[in-house]
Amino acid sequence: MGKLDGKVALVSGGARGQGEAEARLFAREGAAVMLGDVLDEDGMRVAESINDTGGQAAYAHLDVADQSAWAETVAKTVEEFGKLDILLNNAGIARFKRIEDSTLQEYLEVIKINQVGVWLGMRSVVQPMREAGGGCIVNTSSIAGLAGYAGLGAYVASKFAVRGMTKTAAAEFAPYNIRVNSVHPGPIDTPMIRDPSLFTRDDGDVSFDGPIPRLGTADEVAKMMLFIVADATYSTGSEFTIDGGITAIQGASQPRR
Amino acid sequence: MGKLDGKAALISGAARGQGEAEARLFAREGAAVMLADVLDEDGERVANSIADTGGRASYVHLDVADESGWAAAVERTVAEFGGLDVLVNNAGILLVKPIEETTLEEYQRVIQINQVGVFLGMREAIKPMREAGGGCIINTSSTAGLHGNAGLNAYAASKFAVRGMTKVAAHELGQYGIRVNSVHPGPIDTPMIRPPDGGPPGGGLTRRIPIPRAGEAEEVAKLMLFIAADATYSTGAEFVLDGGLTSGTPLQG
Repeated sequence: MGKLDGKVALVSGGARGQGEAEARLFAREGAAVMLGDVLDEDGMRVAESINDTGGQAAYAHLDVADQSAWAETVAKTVEEFGKLDILLNNAGIARFKRIEDSTLQEYLEVIKINQVGVWLGMRSVVQPMREAGGGCIVNTSSIAGLAGYAGLGAYVASKFAVRGMTKTAAAEFAPYNIRVNSVHPGPIDTPMIRDPSLFTRDDGDVSFDGPIPRLGTADEVAKMMLFIVADATYSTGSEFTIDGGITAIQGASQPRR
Repeated sequence: MGKLDGKAALISGAARGQGEAEARLFAREGAAVMLADVLDEDGERVANSIADTGGRASYVHLDVADESGWAAAVERTVAEFGGLDVLVNNAGILLVKPIEETTLEEYQRVIQINQVGVFLGMREAIKPMREAGGGCIINTSSTAGLHGNAGLNAYAASKFAVRGMTKVAAHELGQYGIRVNSVHPGPIDTPMIRPPDGGPPGGGLTRRIPIPRAGEAEEVAKLMLFIAADATYSTGAEFVLDGGLTSGTPLQG
């Protein structure tokens, strides 16, 4: 008896990192999972591995900045699994660049994926969720959606936007019995944070000074997603923070560089 | 296999409402639960009912505003259950009164129970949690700890204070492996918000929020369970379950 038996979930950015962990956990809890990503090889490998271990999963190529790709992915999900109950807007990128050094193009690249991608995703799933009688959307914001971080201007803008859009969507979709919440991870041990252009210190370590003095794991984020989808039945428009305590105290921690 | 097997929990205000639901769920998930309250008859009844259905529970009289009461409750929990792993600071009272009509005594009574009670609870729980190698403290704040409502001056003051203390405690206690988080319920269908005239819990408020009903104590209990068992990278965080109340203000109607 899984917590998501009979449910159908679409996870953007499902090929690796947090999205992969979420897809695997949701499948273990009984959901049929459509993984969307631009990393086709990785995504297909994860879907196969879920199917090989008794789960139900498929992969769709999805560039979240592409409107028609969303329509196709949602259509494919409904075609293969019969409906769509859950959307995890997880896909995102981070670029470390100070505002004064950023070109407009670099700024818009982040906005298109992290922000417009979430907006398109939410818009694309309303119809099938209405037809299913309700649903749950979880948008991956960040602690960079709660506070500013030097060098992350575009990323912070996109993640604050996700936080705000989540609340608006919660109000607009409530009549359809669709809950919409945002998740705010701090430093989670995924390929994104291991990107040497981002948070890595000179000695190669990634370190933050939160009360829980370690990186979070993708599995911990996945468990939070599962809780929100399966059990948080009176929460909508809410922010769920998973950051080792970093944002609890002003100035407690910034990326080291 | 429960999510809290082998854990000992202390829950203040557990004789009814959210605290009762939390105690019952934690016990079903394998925790030994010490229920604390000033409502002795109700509290003992809940503890007995948990024990009758295969759970492990006891009741202790606890006025959360009383420093020595906390010491005794924690001591008894450790004596009976061998330790203390989870503290849920749930006890609280509501006062609806405009500032200009509120006496100092009325104001301070709310602060003593809702705010000083949480401070004392956290302070008393640290030692046994350090000895256990870690722990989890969950403080019940409120949506009144996130925004202001007319008539809730003392209540909002106390709930904002709980929200702030939670973050400080998270930073002070992280080194001991103790996580501290706050929960912010909106209108939950419990005796605290049921109007005496028999109207809907929370009054007309719940009709205007995205999930247009009052929440259930069981929904709060599930959030508490998630935080205690699974939210292992969250500390100093705020968990909101309010039917969307604080997510925005309707532009129309």
